Amino acid sequence: MDFGLTDEHHAIVDSVRTFVERELYPFEDEVERLDEVPADLANAIRAKAISAGIYAANMPADIGGGGLDAVGLALVERELGRASYALQMLVARPSNILCACNEEQASKYLLPTVLGERHDCLAMTEPGAGSDVRSMRTRAVHVDGGWVINGTKHFISHADMADFVVLFAVTGTEDSPRGPRNLISAFLVDMGTPGFTLNRGASCVSHRGYHQCELVFDDCHVGDDQLLGQEGRGLELMDQWLGASRLTVAANCVGRAQRVLDKALDWSAAREQFGQTIGKFQGIGFQLADLAVAVEAAELLTLRAAWRFEAGEMTAQDAAMAKLFASETLGRVTDTAIQVFGGTGLMSDAPIERWWRDARVERIWDGTSEIQRLIISRSLLRPREYLA
Amino acid sequence: MNIAVCVKQIPDQSVPGKLDPGTHNLVRDGKLILDDSDSYGVEMALQLVDRAGGGEVTLISMAPNGEVSGIRTALAMGADRAVLVSDPSLAGSDALTTAKVLAAAIRRNPFDLVMAATESTDGYTGTVPVQVAEILDIPSVSFAKKVEIENGILKVQRQTESGYDEVECPLPALVTVTAGVVEPRYPSFKGIMAAKSKPVDVLDVAALGTGPLTTSQEIVSVRAAEERASGTVVVDEGDAFRQVVEFLEAIKVI
Repeated sequence: MDFGLTDEHHAIVDSVRTFVERELYPFEDEVERLDEVPADLANAIRAKAISAGIYAANMPADIGGGGLDAVGLALVERELGRASYALQMLVARPSNILCACNEEQASKYLLPTVLGERHDCLAMTEPGAGSDVRSMRTRAVHVDGGWVINGTKHFISHADMADFVVLFAVTGTEDSPRGPRNLISAFLVDMGTPGFTLNRGASCVSHRGYHQCELVFDDCHVGDDQLLGQEGRGLELMDQWLGASRLTVAANCVGRAQRVLDKALDWSAAREQFGQTIGKFQGIGFQLADLAVAVEAAELLTLRAAWRFEAGEMTAQDAAMAKLFASETLGRVTDTAIQVFGGTGLMSDAPIERWWRDARVERIWDGTSEIQRLIISRSLLRPREYLA
Repeated sequence: MNIAVCVKQIPDQSVPGKLDPGTHNLVRDGKLILDDSDSYGVEMALQLVDRAGGGEVTLISMAPNGEVSGIRTALAMGADRAVLVSDPSLAGSDALTTAKVLAAAIRRNPFDLVMAATESTDGYTGTVPVQVAEILDIPSVSFAKKVEIENGILKVQRQTESGYDEVECPLPALVTVTAGVVEPRYPSFKGIMAAKSKPVDVLDVAALGTGPLTTSQEIVSVRAAEERASGTVVVDEGDAFRQVVEFLEAIKVI
């Protein structure tokens, strides 16, 4: 087996890491303090990312994206993941699902988003439909010339910075062995469409400056041309285009875990107690060793899944394993880092407590740890059930 | 407008460096990176060629073991091609020998301008660029903080201790640029992918046609630099300003 990265992969890492350290790190404290990325700063970072040629890294090169392979993209996500979430998301990776746009939709939604002229968000979750996506209640009813949408979405990330939303809504039902189930369709809905209201959600303990919003649709009318993909096939569309998004979370977690571990190592090699650096005490040194092993393992799982994705072999289990292990490793690394730093780690003028808070959401969004375990266990048991 | 840019590939400074115990030279095994100070020259050259409406940026480098990692970074920024001189006989070359090698490599192709950093980040002699200019028999302007070319004339704002000089000279010429001259671009993904197919001519000394090159410099010994003395901490108990003023008067700043 060859675990080596290509020269191009190394160059991609160097370029993105330099960008992150120079253009994002210096503003982390300000964003944390304000719980906001000032508009001027957001525009400046986007412009620099576009000019640096690292914007829309996940999109095909022929429409202006980065055109990277899956391993290259995972490395980009790892490097961006090191920085404050609110800042790194300005180096946008538009939702892959926009690649399902037809020609007319592409000119209005896909291409301007790749160029950084428009910004997208994705609305799936509802107050009553989290992990159980199919139970959503937002409904789109077909009328002459279009659709009328009613319902409420919540926890919709960066909707306050978006120009349009990729919305998932129930458009019918079908029979299944377990009884009738909802058919979901995807729509492209512009901000400002009459009947569509955006409310800023409650502030979150993780990722300050990166907001989640509530989207309310009250007899919101959209045209037939705003249906994305086929009617009733929204979840299939999601599986087709968003399968790799769990790798994004995994790679982000690996990058941040590496950064936190580096900080803990620096501290342990410099902080002296009882006449020696604290890293020399086995109580600290062995914990650091365990963390290093876990971070390395998380990285290998993530890059392996990306490598399998590139080969067209990645399974839901591969992505779930990477997301589960990387997000839980990040939680462990940040919690242990607090212990290594002692009281200093809990102070708000050091970034450790921020990383600790930020880590918490990673085990929840994009499929909770429990959902990942469900995917993995079902995948393991299904062949045996079939044989039985 | 064809510009040759001298670029040095140096050991990664994030990794502790080592000196060869026999020669006292910096160990340059393994992967080398583009000297950050050279990224300004590459960027300036790219902008000048762009403004001229055409031409090529050629990188000129000398490094052991055919190392091209740092060159690839500059190619990813947008340089068109590179010439690398790599020959075991050049190990431990002094500044003058290096200048002879770079000048011979530059001469292989027509050029209007040669660019270089004011000094490298690992060696700091700061003498190679002007030696290159002397060997090429062209004028040199050092410490450029602004570079323009108008009607075939090189116009430079040359940084001085008290401000800057405005210098003009005919082309071809050599100019060394400071870190403030331009903001280097990041290698883009597209640039990184394109860099792998850009030509890099790897030459040995025989191919340069310089004849034998001998280094006359010998490093007799090295010793650690003296540690900087710790500073004085002034605790402000209401009269710290007096202590600060007294200190500034003592060193004749005020």
